[in-house]
Formats: sequence, structure tokens, C-alpha cells
Amino acid sequence: MSDDDFTGESRPYLLRGVRLKHDTVRKCWVLLAPERFLRLNGISVDILQRCDGSVSLGRIVEDLAEKYVADRAVVERDVRALLAGLLDKRMLAYE
Amino acid sequence: MSNPLAPPSGMLAELTYRCPLSCPYCSNPLEMAGRQAEMSTDEWKRIFSQAAEIGVLHAHLSGGEPASRRDLLELVAHCAQVGLYTNLITSGVGLTKPLFEALVAAGLDHVQLSIQDAEADSADWIGGYQGGFAKKIEVARWVADSGMPLTVNAVIHRANILRAAEMVDFAVKLGARRIEIAHTQYYGWALLNRAHLMPTREQSETAYAAVEARRAAYKGRIVVDHVAPDYHAKYPKACMSGWGRLTFNVTPTGKVLPCHAAETIPGLEFWNAREKSLAECWADSPGFNAYRGTDWMKEPCRSCERKNEDFGGCRCQALALAGDASATDPICSKSPLHHRIGEIAARDSAEKVEGFTQRRLTREKVADKV
Repeated sequence: MSDDDFTGESRPYLLRGVRLKHDTVRKCWVLLAPERFLRLNGISVDILQRCDGSVSLGRIVEDLAEKYVADRAVVERDVRALLAGLLDKRMLAYE
Repeated sequence: MSNPLAPPSGMLAELTYRCPLSCPYCSNPLEMAGRQAEMSTDEWKRIFSQAAEIGVLHAHLSGGEPASRRDLLELVAHCAQVGLYTNLITSGVGLTKPLFEALVAAGLDHVQLSIQDAEADSADWIGGYQGGFAKKIEVARWVADSGMPLTVNAVIHRANILRAAEMVDFAVKLGARRIEIAHTQYYGWALLNRAHLMPTREQSETAYAAVEARRAAYKGRIVVDHVAPDYHAKYPKACMSGWGRLTFNVTPTGKVLPCHAAETIPGLEFWNAREKSLAECWADSPGFNAYRGTDWMKEPCRSCERKNEDFGGCRCQALALAGDASATDPICSKSPLHHRIGEIAARDSAEKVEGFTQRRLTREKVADKV
């Protein structure tokens, strides 16, 4: 899978063994994966909660642009930056 | 210490020292407690519950070979129930398909499978177990077919270093999402066997570059975590990401330690999770606090701009190579003893590969041979 195939139609999902957890000790959301964890900010949680393989990248961007009353292009850049990193780390895939 | 102590994120649970393999670079201590001294199922369950309560995210079930414990399934199920991300670190030997399927159903999250080489004969010779290589291929297939993430771990030394990059190809074929290529770190059995394991500088550099080239070639297919060859490095590793900073180990008998080798440092007092809570062992045991932060450092570490990056390297290595656990790790080129490292590496890499001492549970005093 190259990043070029990752289009607005792609439906991203977290791979098996990668999951979101609300950490009650650190009082934040974390993404758990083999030998790694990432502390997530609010928008990252919003993005990843939508990565269930049923929602397209375009739809995620629209949703969040609306929710945060933000420019669509800016939101798309942030969403792609997060998801591209997770694709490289073998934490995410897409349909 | 200036920074408040953060909750630990990882716990390495050494469930047992028993293992069917006898790798000469094993990180377990030279003198190992046998089955009779191991903690019970209930004791381990209580410790895992406490770990989750104090903020541990990842539980790494290791050993020895964790499948040597008959209660492995019960322990994995318990870890999953208390919300720990549960990782099985295994040689594969001792796992059966029904047990693996039961572990999956119980909530196991990830398997880390060791390989000794990319070739059967050499791999089985290094591990001291005939048929081990074939068994690992079988286990890798179960894991990959289940969809669970698989990490392959390969320890690199002179007997397999020519195939370091090939092991990355092999891991891709096995369906691994991640590979750890770990050049041997010289503690425990590896320190005992250093003269048989040490590659030449040229071998190390060639292998390192070849593995880095694979990392780029396989980008997005497999994640390569590369542990550099210490003795040929300019700066020391950030051992354990800092002593007592993020993770801890629990030994088969309940001792709570900052790392595998911490007990080799004389005079440090570590506590036991059978007697005290994990929270106390983590926050208050004198051994953990001895090298936390940077206040314990001497020069050249104390004024070094890298002190919060590599934490002065490794305390156990400073003890083993400089005779002082609070000295700068001699791997560092700023250490006054650094020149000795090159001399040791050059001398040891000229020895024969054959003749290493295989790791075993024994009462014989091998420690005296170091």
C-alpha cells in the first residue's frame, strides 16, 4: 500500500492488536500497539474513533471540519499526517 | 529529582526461567531459580492487577519460556480482564495450536517470536534445540493466520551476523508486522560468552547498513526496530529509556527490578512484590531511586548535553566495564575508559565462535568464569 492509493474514498481502520484506551491513570486517551503507545489529543481521538473501516477519509474530514468549525483543507492535512504515520508504523490499514 | 515520577508504562513479567532452548546470549541471570521457587498463579494475578492500577499499559509475558508455565492461559486471561495490552514473548517451543487458539480467545494482543537465524541448521545449533526452527515457522503461521500482530525478534552475533538482513526478509515471509534486529547486548550469558559472540567492527557495520537498507525497502510493510551494536558505537544506548523511568521487570520469584541485569550491581536494595505493593516497589525501593534522574551522575555525564537523551548509558555496563555503576558507560566516547571497549571488541572478535557455554538452569557456579 503506498500513500498514493490512500484517497478520499479509502476507509481506514486500526489493525488487529491496535486499540484505543481511555487511561484513567494518565487521564488521557492512548493508542496501544505492539511495544508502543501514543498519547492522543482530542482531535486524534476523534479521528481514530472514526477509523473502523466503514467511514471514508473524505467523510472523516467533513465530519471534523464541521465539528471543529475549521477549514476543510487544514483538517485534511492533519488527518492525513496522523494516518500516514500510522500506516508506516503498521498500525492502520484501509479498504 | 526535579521531575515528578511518572507512572510506569510497561512491565516485563519473567514468569519462569525454565526454557527448552539454551541460547548462549540469554539475558537471564547466570544463576536462576527453579520451578519450586516460582510465584503461584494467584501471586502473579495479584501483581498484574496492581500493575494495571498504577498505570502499566503493556504486560510482556516472558521468561525463560512462558509456555513452560501450565497456567499461561489463566494469566493471559487475567491480564486481558484487567485491561493490560498483553504481549507473549516466546520461543514458540511449547506452544500448541489449541493453546494458541485459547490464548487468542482469552484476549492475547500480540506475539513476539524469537528466531536464532534465517537458516534451520544454524538456528537449531545456536538455540541448542533440534527442530526449533521448523516449530517457529509453524507458530508464526498460526499467529499470522489469526490476524494478530506478530513481531519477530532476532539477536545478532558472530554466528549469524552475515544473515542479519536476510532475517528481515524472513520475517516478512513469516507475515510479521514488526522485527527487532538486536545486536547482542553483553549481559548475563552474553557477557559470559562474549568472546564467542562478538563480531568484528567491519561485520557490525556491514550488517547494520544492510538492515537499514531493508528498513527503507520495506517501508509500510514491516517496521524495523534496530538495536545498535554497543561495543562499536560512539554514544551509549539510552538503556531502558532511563533507569526506573518507564518500565520494570518482575522476576519469577517476585523481585521488582529496573532491568534484567540490575541485581549484578552490588549493594542495591530491591523489593519483592510478594511482600510489598508494586506501587511501593516502583516509587520507593532504594534500588530504583539510586539512579533515577540525573543527580547521581559524575563527570563527564553531569555537564553533558546528552544527559537527558541517553541517561549516561547503562548502569550495569558501567559496573561490568568500568567497575563503578555510577560511572559513564564506557561505550561513550567521552568516557576515559572508552579505548578499552575497542580493545575488548577486537580481542573477542578474534576468538572462535565454537565453544560457548549454553544457557541452562544449573547449580554449577558459572559466574566464576566471567
